[in-house]
Amino acid sequence: MSIEKSQGKVRIIGYILVAGFAIILVRLWQLQVLQGSAFRRISESNRLRVIGVPAPRGIIFDRNRIPLVKNVPYFCASLIPSEFNSANLPSLAKLLNVGEAELGNRIHRTEQSPFTPVRLKEGLSIKEVSYIEARRSDFPGLIIEIEASRGYLLGSTGAHLIGYLGKMTPKQSNDPEFRDVPPNAFVGQWGVEKLFDKTLRGVAGQKVIEVDALGREIRLLLEKPPVKGEDITLSIDFALQSEAEKAFQARPGALVALKPDTGEILGYISSPSFDPNKFAKGIAFDEWESLSKDTHLPMLNRAIQSQYPPGSTFKIIMAIAGLEEGVITDSSKVDCRGGISYGKWRFGCWRKGGHGSVSLHRALVESCDVYFYDVGKRLGIDRIYKYATKFGLGKETGTPLGVERRGLIPNTKWKMETKKAQWFIGETFVNSIGQGYVSVTPVQMAVMMSAVSNGGKVYRPTILKGASPELVMNADVKPETIETIKEYLKGVVNESGGTGGVAKSAVTVIGGKTGTAQVVGLRKDSKFLSEKFRDHAWFVAFAPVDKPEVAMSVLVEHGGHGGSTAAPIAKKAIEAFMLPVEKKRELTNVQN
Amino acid sequence: MFKIDRRLVQNFDWLTFVTVIAISVIGIMTVYSATRQPGEASQSPLFIKQSIWLVIGLLGLIAFVSFDYIWLSRIAVPAYVAGLSLLIIVLVSGKTGMGAQRWISLGPLAFQPSEFFKLIFIIMLSQYLSLLRGVVDIVGLLKIFFVIAFLPFVLLVKQPDLGTAIVVSIIFFSMLLTKGLQRKAVVLVVIIGLVSLPFLGNIMWTGLKDYQKNRLIAFIDPEADPSGIGYHINQSKVAIGSGEILGKGFLNGTQGPFRFLPERHTDFIFAVFAEEWGFAGSLGLLSLYLLLIMQGLDTVRKAKDEFGMMLAAGITFMFSVYFFVNIGMTLGIMPVVGIPLPFMSYGGTALLSNFISAGVLINIRTRRFSLFY
Repeated sequence: MSIEKSQGKVRIIGYILVAGFAIILVRLWQLQVLQGSAFRRISESNRLRVIGVPAPRGIIFDRNRIPLVKNVPYFCASLIPSEFNSANLPSLAKLLNVGEAELGNRIHRTEQSPFTPVRLKEGLSIKEVSYIEARRSDFPGLIIEIEASRGYLLGSTGAHLIGYLGKMTPKQSNDPEFRDVPPNAFVGQWGVEKLFDKTLRGVAGQKVIEVDALGREIRLLLEKPPVKGEDITLSIDFALQSEAEKAFQARPGALVALKPDTGEILGYISSPSFDPNKFAKGIAFDEWESLSKDTHLPMLNRAIQSQYPPGSTFKIIMAIAGLEEGVITDSSKVDCRGGISYGKWRFGCWRKGGHGSVSLHRALVESCDVYFYDVGKRLGIDRIYKYATKFGLGKETGTPLGVERRGLIPNTKWKMETKKAQWFIGETFVNSIGQGYVSVTPVQMAVMMSAVSNGGKVYRPTILKGASPELVMNADVKPETIETIKEYLKGVVNESGGTGGVAKSAVTVIGGKTGTAQVVGLRKDSKFLSEKFRDHAWFVAFAPVDKPEVAMSVLVEHGGHGGSTAAPIAKKAIEAFMLPVEKKRELTNVQN
Repeated sequence: MFKIDRRLVQNFDWLTFVTVIAISVIGIMTVYSATRQPGEASQSPLFIKQSIWLVIGLLGLIAFVSFDYIWLSRIAVPAYVAGLSLLIIVLVSGKTGMGAQRWISLGPLAFQPSEFFKLIFIIMLSQYLSLLRGVVDIVGLLKIFFVIAFLPFVLLVKQPDLGTAIVVSIIFFSMLLTKGLQRKAVVLVVIIGLVSLPFLGNIMWTGLKDYQKNRLIAFIDPEADPSGIGYHINQSKVAIGSGEILGKGFLNGTQGPFRFLPERHTDFIFAVFAEEWGFAGSLGLLSLYLLLIMQGLDTVRKAKDEFGMMLAAGITFMFSVYFFVNIGMTLGIMPVVGIPLPFMSYGGTALLSNFISAGVLINIRTRRFSLFY
């Protein structure tokens, strides 16, 4: 073959090469011109990452600006599916210590955009975070996300009041009120956290970051800083709260303390309590199970949602009604022989031997039942009803802390309507000493005590410090009546023979009234009764007597005698409240 | 030897010379842009290394223009033996990179013997074919294959340097076709090829490394797993496509420096270029390559003897195959076989070997008139 022939073939090869060149140009035209803008968008999303920056939540303070909560970061490992190489799945499962199958399911949920991070593991410890961070470059698309969560400095103290955070429920996600809240953020789910969520929440920010293929941040392109939520100052007194909680020793019960001249809530306990920190970490299923199955019902908000017979604490209402209606006078006396008979029934006094001849003073101090049977008989149930409701019993107090039970103050009309029967005088006797139909919630008793101590003003209990007082009504009783009652309630605690002697304090002058509410009709020696048949112990108190700064109710379920079980708690709570602010701050240091 | 002949200057192939320098300078700019490290103080020194290699390459080019290419036919056999020996050494004691043994260390230098071997192979084949008379028949084909091609092919597959092996076999058959192959022999090659394809395919497939298998799967269905094996091709298409008509501008590309594009300064350098310079810039760059190839084909036609013709054809085919396979791969219309773009991709040995090859081409064209010598 000649060299010329070979060289002729080169022309054919040239045509082939030009054809190949044309194919390349067509392909370039297709990619760069026809699909160019689509590829431009992909390349933008390749390098841009939008990260939500949670807003720091407002801090909740007590009335002396002692913080009750702190903001803590909540770390989560997330993955951007579009950047993930599925060959890495086994090693990622190992890194996170999550099952491979479960991990795969989370990553490959089809309904999600592959550019939206998927949560793989939540609530990581600092140790886990640094372990993952160090190996993150081996897993493109793996990021650490941070949510704002809470540490509750008081632990379980006041948990029912402060509440806790949780993930948004499906219902909340659809609620326009939570429109601006990022999907994985924590929101208040109970107590003050829920009540003031909107104030505390703040506005989440955003960061647009340029990242490389390994997910490393190159530079910040755009930043919308988060707006911190507003702090709130509660009317709660930290010292009162924590000392009272300690005194309860986790026995079931409740305490509500109010500021008599405004209705501000100074202390609020429902015992036993729970640790809200567990909720803020995303509560584990078994922990929730054990909380909800606990027979002591730690999740029950006893202060507003449990109702009990008021027992002898109801005698305060009886005394005021008797004096106001003129059926008794300060000096009129009744002879107590340990009980009275009426028709075929006999109504006993708690002191079997009787109190002898007693006036109102001794009847209150020593809690003589017979004296108040007599008052009740003279008043009749409808007049008792009038005074009980004047002091806020028998209806919701209006506290913002949740749905309240109403309690019950009976009258003839009520009995006719619900029981279709006449009122019996015997029932008046029983109700006169706070037994029978009459029932109250701890918060109602605190409002009543507060109204008695402030001269008759019934305030709605409020939770923010400095909130303008909301006067619900004025009991409209004579100042002399109130003064007399307060003087005798002081005697209950401070005079010899007083049933509330345990509450006598060297720090301040406390006035109050004990109550022992029967659980079953027959009274038996409490020593031999199993716990659930023992009486409920009440103590309502206020201090100092001449210029009241705090009024409260204390209830210990099945606590036995109010004087011995509930009164010491009230004393500790009041003494803690009276401490100077510096001492209260020292208490917080001990706690933390 | 370095006596400058007036006619030598007159007939010098300036077009090829200027074209390869232009492409190389564009290459260095693109290497610089591709290896930028956004957000970091220290910058990659690769573009400086490549500039030094450009200077060395220019010296190599001048050296291979300075003597009459006929000399190459005389050293063909010893060079071939030396080249084969180096390939064997690589296999036994070479440095491993990217799952393949391709490099030999010589002090601070690491070089890839297979880069030079391609040129040696072309010289050897040109010498052999130029000595043959008439068309190559079946016996001749088998002789050439077993004497010259078989051993290097096995060695390259073993490294494994599949890209070079494929390129070498394409060059081998194109040069045979250029020389002239008996029709029966062509038919035989085609039949053997078709019959053995399934077997060969099977043997090849099981013999392939995982990354090679993945590349083939990804070529067939790049969307199968966009973040997995199809990643290279997809990110390359994103880079090229996002350049649109006028490009994002020099140093404004993001796919390369942010490492979305793997092999950004080597095999996928065209994608980085196309992202920053767009369709317009790509058209210009491709035109330079077309110019280089067309000038090479013209040199084939004008070579004064058969050795020169075969040599020019082999080198031009080599440039063409590299160009088309590489660009086709970055555009997603050919499988990813991992071969660089001549004069553009980062890599010192390749740049030097390409400049020497260009030097030989220039040499053949410059000395195309037998009268002068």
